[in-house]
Order: sequence, then structure tokens, then C-alpha cells
Amino acid sequence: MKLELHIWRQKGPREKGRFVTYPVGGIEEGMSFLEVLDVLNQNLIGRGEDPVAFEHDCREGICGSCGMVINGIAHGPRRGTTACQLHMRHFSDGDVIFVEPWRARAFPVVKDLVVDRSAFDRIVQAGGFISARTGSAPEANSILIGKETADLAMDAAECIGCGACVAACPNGSAVLFVGAKITHLGLLPQGQPERLARARAMVEAMEGEAFGSCSSHRECEAVCPKRISISTIARLNRDYIKASVARPRHASGKVQEPVGT
Amino acid sequence: MRLDPRIPEGPLESKWTRYRDNVKLVSPANKCRHTVIVVGTGLAGASAAATLAELGYRVVAFCFQDSARRAHSIAAQGGINASKNYQNDGDSTWRLFYDTIKGGDFRSREANVYRLAELSVNIIDQAVAQGVPFAREYGGMLANRSFGGALVSRTFYARGQTGQQLLLGAYSALARQIGLGAVEMHPHTEMLDLVVVGGRARGIVTRDLLTGRVEGHAAEAVILATGGYSNVFFLSTNAKGCNATAIWRAYKRGAGFANPCFTQIHPTCIPQAGEHQSKLTLMSESLRNDARVWVPGTKGDTRDPAEIPPAERDYFLERIYPSYGNLAPRDVASRAAKRMCDDGRGVGPGGRGVYLDLADAIARLGQDEIRDRYGNLFEMYERITGEDPYRVPMRIYPAPHYVMGGLWVDYDLASTIPGLFVLGEANFSDHGANRLGASALMQGLADGYFVVPYTLGEYLAGMRLEAVDPNDAAFADAKRLLAERTARLLGVRGSRTVDSFHRELGAILWERCGMSRSERALGEAIGKIRELREGFWADVRVPGDGNDLNQELEKAGRVADYFGLAELMCLDALERRESCGAHFREEFQTPDGEALRNDESFSHVAVWEHAGDAPPVRHTEPLAFESVGLAQRSYK
Amino acid sequence: MHPLGRAYASTVGKKYAMAVSGVILFLFVVLHMLGNLQIFLGRDALNGYARLLRVEPALLWAARLVLLAAVTVHVVAAVQLTLRNWAARPVGYERQRYLATGYAARTMVWSGPIIAAFVVYHLLHLSIGTMHPDFVHGDVYRNVVVGFSVPYVAAFYMLAQVLLGLHLYHGLFSLFQSLGASHPSYDRWRQPFALAAAVVIVLGSCSVPAAVLAGTVR
Repeated sequence: MKLELHIWRQKGPREKGRFVTYPVGGIEEGMSFLEVLDVLNQNLIGRGEDPVAFEHDCREGICGSCGMVINGIAHGPRRGTTACQLHMRHFSDGDVIFVEPWRARAFPVVKDLVVDRSAFDRIVQAGGFISARTGSAPEANSILIGKETADLAMDAAECIGCGACVAACPNGSAVLFVGAKITHLGLLPQGQPERLARARAMVEAMEGEAFGSCSSHRECEAVCPKRISISTIARLNRDYIKASVARPRHASGKVQEPVGT
Repeated sequence: MRLDPRIPEGPLESKWTRYRDNVKLVSPANKCRHTVIVVGTGLAGASAAATLAELGYRVVAFCFQDSARRAHSIAAQGGINASKNYQNDGDSTWRLFYDTIKGGDFRSREANVYRLAELSVNIIDQAVAQGVPFAREYGGMLANRSFGGALVSRTFYARGQTGQQLLLGAYSALARQIGLGAVEMHPHTEMLDLVVVGGRARGIVTRDLLTGRVEGHAAEAVILATGGYSNVFFLSTNAKGCNATAIWRAYKRGAGFANPCFTQIHPTCIPQAGEHQSKLTLMSESLRNDARVWVPGTKGDTRDPAEIPPAERDYFLERIYPSYGNLAPRDVASRAAKRMCDDGRGVGPGGRGVYLDLADAIARLGQDEIRDRYGNLFEMYERITGEDPYRVPMRIYPAPHYVMGGLWVDYDLASTIPGLFVLGEANFSDHGANRLGASALMQGLADGYFVVPYTLGEYLAGMRLEAVDPNDAAFADAKRLLAERTARLLGVRGSRTVDSFHRELGAILWERCGMSRSERALGEAIGKIRELREGFWADVRVPGDGNDLNQELEKAGRVADYFGLAELMCLDALERRESCGAHFREEFQTPDGEALRNDESFSHVAVWEHAGDAPPVRHTEPLAFESVGLAQRSYK
Repeated sequence: MHPLGRAYASTVGKKYAMAVSGVILFLFVVLHMLGNLQIFLGRDALNGYARLLRVEPALLWAARLVLLAAVTVHVVAAVQLTLRNWAARPVGYERQRYLATGYAARTMVWSGPIIAAFVVYHLLHLSIGTMHPDFVHGDVYRNVVVGFSVPYVAAFYMLAQVLLGLHLYHGLFSLFQSLGASHPSYDRWRQPFALAAAVVIVLGSCSVPAAVLAGTVR
């Protein structure tokens, strides 16, 4: 199989980028999309050119490192699949393929297809956790969780933090990522004490980054490699609004600010 | 090299309790004056960094990935063991300990393994409290599944993404501490050298992978939790970025390297499909709970698997190991599969594969139940191979997956360099010559959450360490060496890519130091590795420069380290004149082809000391088995 | 800061405000349409209804103020969010393929201002009468018939209603999300509800100019 790749090349964060066309031959249908880039890079190095920089690590669809927009779709045409698990049997000989980095102000390009996703980490640092000191945990089976609840929490917890949701959203919004974490922890009994504080802290951290808002386009859900549902966004909205108006009353009856994290 | 395992006195069951009762404590007021470096943010690193920060230490953490959440622990699929005995099927701390010692073919330290079994239950409690969504039964209790090498059901799991969920739990604890300012996190930063001052580990030298900036970081203690080195084989189930550089540089600075030849070849991986393949993908061992492994009964049977009637199939694991059957430990199952393929009965391209067949389970439990248990694994298989495993049996073949070898540590997880602690897969401690499934997650988290927070205190308490400045001579020296090395790598400007050398190195090792080893092959391998290393330094081409994101330069540095490591693996395999666990020497086998141990001469840990340009020196730590009797491992 | 102000400062709060104001405006559109449909009951019915609305000026002005507030909130939040969303993607994609979003969702930003412009025209045309060829205070029926007898005016009204329908089709779905209303038991009905409501509004509202043009209402 032979393909014509148009790849976004950009030397650094402040450099101007452009598309460069590379014909790549000898592609077998069992290869992954990243292996095609590997082959291209081997050729480029051989020719004395700079190889294409792209993030990748586990190559089995779980670490969330890889991510690129392939012919206008984040992670490429196959649903529920990361770029590393996209195999070439879904392409045809002679296909013209555009490969672009995630585009969002909150994810500035570092080099070629590599973008800076540290905004996600900062959001988690603001509240994406249950405060459970090591050693303080009660016996595991003392917390009963119905199978259905555990399954729903797991559905949301599967998020791999790849950023495809932001890349696909016409508004560059991060609410699916944030909603997934708020849903995962907010569904579980362990997550209740901090539920509202968490929603508020995470949303406010998200607002501090350059993400856009949700317009319910549902593009995020469509490209999410873990098929996380936009119902997690509804939960984010619900918990955040609740957190904004809720004013916990202590026994003294005095109105206090919600406990921060 | 002094190898004192520092195992506490007293009966096995009370060693850890006794240790904790007597461990020296650092005053809370002083903890914040101690800086601790943690390299790696997988299960071991993230849990250690978070826990130490909770205790009040100043923690500086590093990972080469763009986020701490992406460490390769995330890819662990099947589960984590704990002797909770929720199934009432006879599990206990002792039994988990014994299974692990036996699974490791009696080449691990009793005291360490017992502590691991003891702590296993705390890990589950901790993870649940963090919100790890383990699988549940309808009544709301935690569910369990079985795993290889055990006759009880003690594995906790979160679909096929247990490692992901446990890592996200540890990562969230770490993120909390970063948010609180207790941990200074450096993502996209690779440790390239260990700095030893006055005989103690006092810092590291790192390279910022985005800017190329080389920096020194000083600390009172350094913790390495940098994972394993299966990628030395090029094709492995490890992430592409997994590497041995941190532990290798520590080895070169004086840390003993234990049992480098103990590398686990996992039986259930998707076979290699083509020459451009960049990595191999594991299919969780948990599938073996419900799957039956088979090959055609006769050579050269190329019929469609569905057309081969049951009577003409050889369910070889069930046949050879009737009591454990498809749940035989990894090393045993891998070698059995290899024997079948060597016998010409392998299936798929090149005959390197055996069937992992869930048809019986699908018929018995229904497709929905199977989808519930393994849905994501099936999807992954289908994505990679284009075949639907609900209809066609999966094809699997063994692949490098985990290394039991690593830096030598004592009971405190301290290496031979004072102040250097090593956790998780990076150390050698708990799995002997073969790791049982669902034990790696257990070990990483036990080390990070529950062991090092105590043992680090023991090291730091009452110690007056002189202040070290990251601009001191030792750091400057390490930085200079690093700059020279980088310049050398960039300066070769040869004709071959880093990957081409790495692939070739992997092939040499896989053929000669893989599932089966012999004196002749190992000798040959050492010669070839040396030759290839010379070729590398003469003809490698690393494009670009060292001042920005240069992924080829990163790879080149790692591969350069692999040459030395590969040679050490072969040397270790050569010197260990016995078969044990995953280390199978063709010269030492029972008449029916099982590993033949030599307890008289090799019931020890082999620890290698770097000796500059001279050959490394082999030391040994004898293993004393006081609580369990050494027995020929049998899974029949 | 007051909790509500703090919430509004976020995009989530703004979307919530848009949803709440959107619900108010949607309810108004429904009532407005039901009122207008009385044209089919004859001149007296419609004019009687119009008189009824003005019986209590305080009530009328209260309602107008609520509507005005809803419009203001809806528009201000929309402008703020849109500017932020545009800024969130400074460099667009060379190739972009949408998988889930539709025409209605992508054109909210344009259907909204056009509808606003239409509302202004509509007020000048049939409420205040300055843009009406022959406006008679109090005779709503006549004003409507005369007004819609001009074909391009009727056509513009109908076009505006179609845009309103598109706007509602996405807005009525989206508001569930913004208000946090999601549950497996009714999630699958959210989209059909939005579609049905939008179709009813479009058909109901267009029926008046259409009937005038067709001559059934004279």
C-alpha cells in the first residue's frame, strides 16, 4: 500500500508551521498508523531530514500519549480507537491523509504533532482526587458499592487523558475530560464528602486554562477512544451549579464557605 | 561489594511488625528539611512520592512522559493479588507468600515476599478508599478472579484495566500533593545520571526533553522507580519509552545489579504480524481463566480452527499439567507453547502461535457474560488482528513482558549505594526467577505506599548529611560526562538509525537469551552484542541537536545503555548453570523438559558489580529458606 | 463574590444562565404562538385576546421585563461564550470532519443574531407599527392580515421561524445538558423532544403568514 501523507511540521512552539507532503510506500495492512510514521521517520533520518515528532508510548491504547487529527478526525476514522491502535487495513492504496496536531489554545504545539497537555494535569491537581491518606483506609469491603454504580463509575474512569475531546470540540472545550473524573469519583460513596468541592475546584481550574465552553456538539463523545458519554458533562454541570449555590451549614448554624481542597 | 540483606530477626510472620515497632522515626519538624528525589511515576513511584509528601518530606518527582499519569503501569490489564480470602477458598497471607515463593522457583528472599503478602490486603483498602472502581458483585462486595500459578481466587480487577485504575489512584494522590505544593513535579524529564557524594546517593542529573536543558538536582535520598528493561528485546509488551537508563547509570555508579538474566516471557501475547511491528501487545493472562489453550494434534495441520474436531486438538497445558491446566505459571506456559511451535504444530503466520480459545466459555456463559469480563480485551484483539475473537479463537505467542532482575536491594529496599532506594520492577526483590500474574501491581504499590515510607525514615533519622549544592563538583562532573556523551552520539553522523541497531540487538537476545538459553548461544550472543555496539558507535545516525525535543537522541541514549545491559544479561545467564523459573538453560532440564534447578550451587542472588573497563564482578547473596522447604516446582 | 456571580463567571454558569433564559424564551414562544393561533378563531377572538393582555399594565410590564432580562442574559452570555470559544482555537484544522454535530448546532451563533434582528423588526412591524404600511392600534387581526399580505414580509417571517426552529432544535437538547438533566431513563428522549417541539413551533408560527398568503385568513 502506498499513501500520500500531508503532515504538519513545526520546529518549535514559536515557529511557524506548515504541511509537508510525504509519499510513503510499503505499507502493510497489519501495521498501525504510528508504525507508518515510524517507517516514514526511518526514511527521513536516512535522507538526513528531521523525523516527525509525535507522542506515543504504550501503543496499546491505554496510556493516552498519542494523539493526532487524521483526515479531520481526532485519532482517525475508527471509533473508540486511539491512533496507535488504528490499523492500516482501514485505509486504501493511494489514500491522501492529512495529519495535524491537536488544535487548541490550551494545548500549544511543542513540535510537529506534539502538544502540551499539562493543563489536564493542573485540573486534576486542583481537585481530581479523593483525599485518602495512605494508611487511613478502612477495610475495603466495609464500603459497599452496587455493581451498577461500580460499572458506571468505571465507564467514566476509563478516560485516558489523551485530549481528543478537546481536539474534536469546535470550541476546544475540556468538559468531557473534567466531567469524566467528576463522574467517576462523584458516583462512588467514597467520593461524596468532597463531591461538590471537587466539582467546583476542577471546573474553576478548567476555567483558568484556555478551554472553550460546551455547546453540546457531542464531537468529544464521538471521538473518545473510551467512548465516554456526554452524560458525564451533565453531571459536571449539575454538581458545579450545586456547589456554587450550596452553602454548607455547620452545627453552629453559621454559614461557611465550602471546605476547599 | 557488601551484600547484607538486613533481614530483621525473629519469626517470618513478625519480622515486618517488629521492624515497624523499632524503626527510627524522623521528627515531623525535620521531615520538611529532607528532600527526596523520586524518579518514575508508575505505581511504585507515584505511590511513594504521594505518601512521602503526605508524611511531610519535600519530594521532587520526575517522569519522562508528558504526564505522571502515563507511566507504563497503566497498561497492566488483569489484576492485583491480595490475600483477603473474600472467597473463603482457603487463601491466607501464608498461602500468597508460598505461591509467590514457589512461583518464583525459590529464588527470592523469604522475608521480602512474606512482607509483600502481608501488605497486599492494605493495598486493596487504600485503593478502594481512593476511588479505584474495582469490579463488584451484585451485593456490593468486591469481586475476584483466578490467575495463573494459584489455586485460589484472590485477584482484584477493574475490567481489563486494573493497572490503569490503580495508577490513576496513585496519580490522583500524587496530583493532590503537587496541588498542595508538597511535590515538585518534573514531567518530560529524563534522569541520565546518579550523583554520588561521599559514598552516598545525593542527587541526579536530568535532561529536560523539551528544551534539552541539563540540570542537577540535589537531595538527601534518591528513589528509583523506573520500571523494567524488557525493551532491551526491542519487541516486548512494554511501552516504547520504557528503558533501563536510570538503573543502568546507577549500576555504573556502584549499585549492584541482581539477576539480570531473569526476564519473564509472557505466554499470552498477540503474535508478531510483520517486519515493521514496533511492539507486542499482551492479552491479559486473566483470559486463561476461561480460555483453553490448544494446537492441532498433528504437524502441518492448516485447517481452519473451527474445522478441527476436539479429538484432533491438543489441549497441551491441560494434558501436561492436569492440576493447574490452563492456569500454569507464565514461564511454564510460555515454554510449553514454544515447544509446541518448535514441534511444527504452531498456527498462524510462520507457525509461531497457539490458540487461546474461549468457545467453550462462550457456550457455557453466553456472549454477554464474556463481553462483560473481557470485552475490552476482545476489542483490542480485533483492532490489532482484524479477527473477531467471538467467532475465531485468538492466536497467542509468548513475548518479553517483565523483568524479575533489577538493582539489588536489601530488606529496606536500599541498594548497595547508601541513600539510593529502588522500588517496583526496577528492583529485583520479590519475584525470584518468575513472577506470578497480578503480582507486579501488588509489589509496586506495597513498595511505594507501605515499605519505603518506613525504611526511608530509618535511613534519614538521626543522620546528619552535609548540604549538597547542585552546582558542586560532583554534579558538574556528571553534567560534563553527559554533555560529552550527547556530543558523541550526535557526532557519529553515520548511516544507520537507532531503531535498526535496537531491532538487531533485540533479535540477538531473543534468539539466544530469550525463552531458552545455552552456553554456546550465550557465548555467541556476547560476541555479537560487542560487535553491534562497536557498529553503533561507529555508524549510528542521530539527527538534530541536543537543544530541543529530539526523540531520536532520547532513543539513542537508551539503546547505548542496552548494549551493556544485554551483555550483562548474557553473562548472568551463562554463569547461572541451572534452570529456574523463566531462566531455562537447555543443558539443565528434567527428562520431560521442565526446568532443573541446582539448589546446591545456585540458591543465591547473583549480584553484579560494575568494574569500569574490566569485566563486571559477580557477587552472591545466599538465599536461606527457613520457613519453606525447597521443592521441585510441580504444576502437574 | 456572591455565589451566583461566581458561578456566572464560569462557562458552566454562563451555559446554565443561557439554559434558564432559553427556557423562559421558549415558554414565551409557545404562549405567543398559542395566542397568535387564535387568528383562526376569527377577528374578535384575536383582538379580544390582545385586549386581555393589556388589562393590567403592571402585569404586562412585569412580563416584558422578565422577557427583556431573559433576552439580555441569553445574548450577553452567548456573546461572552462565543468570543471565548473562538479564542480557544486560534489555529483551525486543514481538514475537519464532524461526526456528531449538526447544522443546527453549528449555526447557533448565526441563527441567534438573525432571530434577534427579526424580533426587532417584528416589534416595529406588528407591535409598535412603525414599519407597518397601515397600522391600526388595537386591531391586531387587521394589522396581521395587512402585514402578511406583502409576500416578501410573510416570507421573511417564515424564514425567521425556520431559523428559530433550528435554534430551538439544538437549544432544547443542549439545555438539558447545561442544566445537568441527564438520566438513562430519559436521555434518549431529549433529542426527539427537541425535534418535535421545534417542528411544532415552526409549523404553528408559519401557519399564520401562510394562511394569510393563501387567503384563508382575510
